[in-house]
Amino acid sequence: AEVEETLKRIQAHKGVIATMVINAEGIPIRTTLDNSTTVQYAGLLHQLTTKARSTVRDIDPQNDLTFLRIRSKKHEIMVAPDKEYLLIVIQNPCE
Amino acid sequence: SVSQWEIYDAYMEELQKMEKSKEKEKPKAQIAKKEEKKKGRKLTSLESQSDDITKISKAAKIMERMVNQNTFDDIAQDFKYFEDASDEYRDQRGTLLPLWKFQYDKTKRLAVTAISWNPKYKDLFAVGYGSYDFMKQSHGMLLLYTMKNPSFPEYVFSSESGIMCLDIHNDHPYLVAVGFYDGNVAIYNLKKATSQPSYKSSAKSGKHTDPVWQVKWQKDDMDNNLNFFSVSSDGRIVSWTLVKNELVHTDVIKLSAEGTTMQGPEGLQLQTLGCGTSFDFHKKIDYLFLVGTEEGKIYKCSKCYSSQFLDVFEAHHMAVDSVSWNPYHLKVFISCSSDWTVKIWDHTVKTPMFIYDLNSAVGDVAWSPYSSTVFAAVTTDGKAHVFDLSINKYEALCTQIVVAKKKNKITHIQFNPVYPVVIIGDERGHVTCLKLSPNLRKMPKEKKGQEVKKGPEVEIAKLDKLLNLVREPDGK
Repeated sequence: AEVEETLKRIQAHKGVIATMVINAEGIPIRTTLDNSTTVQYAGLLHQLTTKARSTVRDIDPQNDLTFLRIRSKKHEIMVAPDKEYLLIVIQNPCE
Repeated sequence: SVSQWEIYDAYMEELQKMEKSKEKEKPKAQIAKKEEKKKGRKLTSLESQSDDITKISKAAKIMERMVNQNTFDDIAQDFKYFEDASDEYRDQRGTLLPLWKFQYDKTKRLAVTAISWNPKYKDLFAVGYGSYDFMKQSHGMLLLYTMKNPSFPEYVFSSESGIMCLDIHNDHPYLVAVGFYDGNVAIYNLKKATSQPSYKSSAKSGKHTDPVWQVKWQKDDMDNNLNFFSVSSDGRIVSWTLVKNELVHTDVIKLSAEGTTMQGPEGLQLQTLGCGTSFDFHKKIDYLFLVGTEEGKIYKCSKCYSSQFLDVFEAHHMAVDSVSWNPYHLKVFISCSSDWTVKIWDHTVKTPMFIYDLNSAVGDVAWSPYSSTVFAAVTTDGKAHVFDLSINKYEALCTQIVVAKKKNKITHIQFNPVYPVVIIGDERGHVTCLKLSPNLRKMPKEKKGQEVKKGPEVEIAKLDKLLNLVREPDGK
């Protein structure tokens, strides 16, 4: 499907280290990393996304979280929350 | 403890339930309610619906754009914020800063034959691919790119015959009219998922017998049907109307070249038709339009008269590649041709106001949307020229080679209606986006104490002043 193509392109893009799809309960559905790391990322990012979303909505209930980006020294973690899923991409923006 | 948004969500649910119950009781409404309840309870496992990866399409799209933004970060910053400071020292000249380059493997062999910005989404543009070479005709493609994602097109459509021209409807920005090399025209609907056109002409429905060089949408006719015009080398200008899901054609005008009636067999008078290569409709005067031909003439025509032209301009020595009305001034238009020249005209005067010789066949010329005196032209030797008549009437402010390889010809150029960028298409299927440096975008300076007048009147007045210098004074 088209979404598969998009995910493949993202994975093949310059600097992308890993791609993961997590469902609403924090269970990884699709990943390009090994299981233990994925489960770790999934759990931690799920909690963070929930906290971020509740922060945004507490300030203004009509607002909602669209995207979350965490830039660290080594790389950048991007989280795109959806109604039921969480798409996580770890990229190394070439610097 | 309950957070504020949970309260809000609960209220929203209640509101929606009340609205639904106000509707008439239909079995559908009840099923809809049940589905909503399912979604409302976020804790229930959604295993009943399969772990469908397609649900993530929106998130994937945003993510792709973000990943691209990271990779092309410096370009995105340049696009938004970079203003070439060295322009102050450059004495009126400007430069074009290359930004993104758009390419797609399936279009590597094809030339860019048409580009157009989407009137509603200012970062979306459509590119038509085909081939200008008579001997090497193959398939064509229509791609829509957005500046937010330089690595992959948003929409891809392929066709059997090369695409020669396209136009996006102003009010329905998802409808793209396309003209093909084999003479057909088609309408693609971006909202539909298929890669085939929604409506297509055929030999029976009056397609052209030669490549269609330009199409343009018109205002909806009296029955509120969509319609567009097309011009082709077969000498006909045809109006296509979408009536009840079918394309119906009406010949608007035939480009009969004056003085070329020949004696055919049995004493018939054969009228040879001129080959139309480009046209443009006046922005304000609805029925007035210009047609450029392969013979170098430009005809001024009216939609109301189908057998006669209002006027003929002996414009160029070779085919006219593009004509375009000035977006502000009501009387001025520009034309460019393979005879190396770009000419600016006043449609009431038979001779051109300004002539520029660019040392190479000019592929396309475009007025800028922000100033009535700025225009850009591209030539086959790979250069882009930007002129500003209010600063320098005789020379280009910027002449720059914009394509990588020497043998690559530039085919089209378009200004973005909002941002200070232009896109240029070339023969190898690449589209390059360039930013205009500040010198090329000069607005009239504010004099101290005077209010700065903004708006089209200022632009018109600016151009008028220039034209008056060139025009012969009425007294003599």
